[in-house]
Amino acid sequence: MDYLTVLQILDSTVRLATPLLLTCLAGLFSERAGIVDIGLEGKLLVAAFMSGAVAYVTGSIWLGLLAGVAASLVFSMIHGLASITFQGDQLISGVALNFLAAGLTVVIGQSWFALGGRTPPLSGNGRFGEWTLPFSDAWSKIPVFGPTYSELISGHTALTYIALIAVPLSWWVLYRTRFGLRLRAVGENPSAVDTAGISVVRLRYMALIIAGVLCGLAGTYLASLAAGFVKDMSAGRGYIALAALIFAKWRPWYALSATLIFGFLEAVGNRYQSISIGDFVIPVQFMQALPYILTVVILAGFIGKAIPPRAGGTPYVKER
Amino acid sequence: MTLMKSFLGAAATLALTAGAAMADPAIIYDLGGKFDKSFNEAAYNGAERWAAETGGTYRDVELSSDAQREQALRRFAESGYNPIVMAGFSFATALEAVAADFPDTKFAIIDMVVDAPNVQSVVYSEHEGSYLVGVAAAYAAKGDTVSFIGGMDIPLISKFACGYAQGFKSVKPEGTVIVNMTGTTPAAWNDPVKGGELTRAQKSQGSEVVFAAAGGTGLGVLQTAADEDMLAIGVDSNQNYLQPGKVLTSMVKRVDNAVFEAFSQGTDLEPGFNVMGLANGGVSAAMDEFNAPLITEEMKMALAETEAKIISGEIVVHDYMSDSACPAY
Repeated sequence: MDYLTVLQILDSTVRLATPLLLTCLAGLFSERAGIVDIGLEGKLLVAAFMSGAVAYVTGSIWLGLLAGVAASLVFSMIHGLASITFQGDQLISGVALNFLAAGLTVVIGQSWFALGGRTPPLSGNGRFGEWTLPFSDAWSKIPVFGPTYSELISGHTALTYIALIAVPLSWWVLYRTRFGLRLRAVGENPSAVDTAGISVVRLRYMALIIAGVLCGLAGTYLASLAAGFVKDMSAGRGYIALAALIFAKWRPWYALSATLIFGFLEAVGNRYQSISIGDFVIPVQFMQALPYILTVVILAGFIGKAIPPRAGGTPYVKER
Repeated sequence: MTLMKSFLGAAATLALTAGAAMADPAIIYDLGGKFDKSFNEAAYNGAERWAAETGGTYRDVELSSDAQREQALRRFAESGYNPIVMAGFSFATALEAVAADFPDTKFAIIDMVVDAPNVQSVVYSEHEGSYLVGVAAAYAAKGDTVSFIGGMDIPLISKFACGYAQGFKSVKPEGTVIVNMTGTTPAAWNDPVKGGELTRAQKSQGSEVVFAAAGGTGLGVLQTAADEDMLAIGVDSNQNYLQPGKVLTSMVKRVDNAVFEAFSQGTDLEPGFNVMGLANGGVSAAMDEFNAPLITEEMKMALAETEAKIISGEIVVHDYMSDSACPAY
């Protein structure tokens, strides 16, 4: 395996990890505030659809991005309405949103474009272009560093860099701001936050708004990469992001490494259908299942322990 | 009240007999819907062509859920439509139940085998068509590596892959065919992002032409192939127009021909197998103005020769589904 192959796999890792990372951070904000968000998958899907549809009609992926974020926000607010305001079961509301997204995107897509639920292909400004960072051509001659810079670090879409910046930003917001402290507190002990005179409902809605925006970015990324929307195109990425969230123990930097590991596993699985080590052959299905196996191992407590936010999943009731 | 009742009864009887008297053909589309630019639309085109050529009328219905399959089928049979064509292998269970209840009605099911005295099972020789596009890929590639991306890992898709590999290796015996399957669950049919990544991985391994038999995932393959300056091969419908100049050809299954034939035969529809292969125009490699610049004279002649040899039986393409093994990889 030569150096260029390694670079190509890592390059693919970054592309595959970007939507996972954004979705994982979305789940992080929502779950840190005590809202279990199984509806990530659905939000990804509506965002991908709306961004694909609007980007096709307007010819601009940036307008598509706005529409995707808006659609994802609407779903986030429905989730909030059901599980915060009306104190319903967060799991049920999330699952319902997933079904709603799967059906709604196809029905609306069919009535708008009559293409069996997909959008027409995007081209030109309807997709994100690859950003070539400065000096990538000049430096590409430098051994080892040059190709790494021009192949791996440069040449991704804007959303990849946004996702990478979102990691330290999330860390800063969660651990270095008053808002972050309150957000974490509301996921651990909402009644204490309430006693301090801060609105639990408002904080949880704020968390869901952030989650909605991040899911919108992830969905738009999918639509741009695939140049259009195809029904069910999120293909379980919302669930893998949830697994990555557990794997990351609900921490931003860990989320980056977890999604990179999951992206790497998928990239390797794409590149090598089966890997033979001596006489032993690892089938590709094993590589595809590995993210889930790792998550189960983490949950079972073999490698460290993943402790979810204590108030996660329970609606906050002021007085019983 | 009694007057009203008998009036309604008479109206109902009239409606039923009116239906029975027609014996028009009918078609039921699968969940993808009539205008899916692929399988179902091909079936629709066949029905429309029949209506235009014969001046006849037909009934059709689009389903919105799996539960409606048997319901729609039974209603058409009760109303006296004959024959009734079903586009899609998912109708098998419903048809098995309904076909026995209506022995005088003729049915045709596409892409599936249902063993009943009044059912025609239309199956396609996908391996022959794939062989043909494999030959085209071998002529289009400068090097000796091409690739295949399948949707869900099922024997039917391996049948495409195996035919393709055989065709390619008939021209370049020492060449390599990289075969990737997108996944093992139905989600693999609709994951264009993963299809794109697989395409890039195959390109970095030297592949120049990629054949996608992967439903919605294939759209991502075609797109990425165009982005990465590779050639792609489409499937089922003619997909050459999706990325003009970047799609070498498409392995077309002429679902429209099956529907047209079934409608034309009418109530004399012959039960049993109807194998649609190269010989009867069931499968083919699509040629149109979008891929014309990519097709060289040499390739055209090789394709015509291969097609003739397969039809005459000189070349026998191995069918993966016959023994779940492929000699070419």
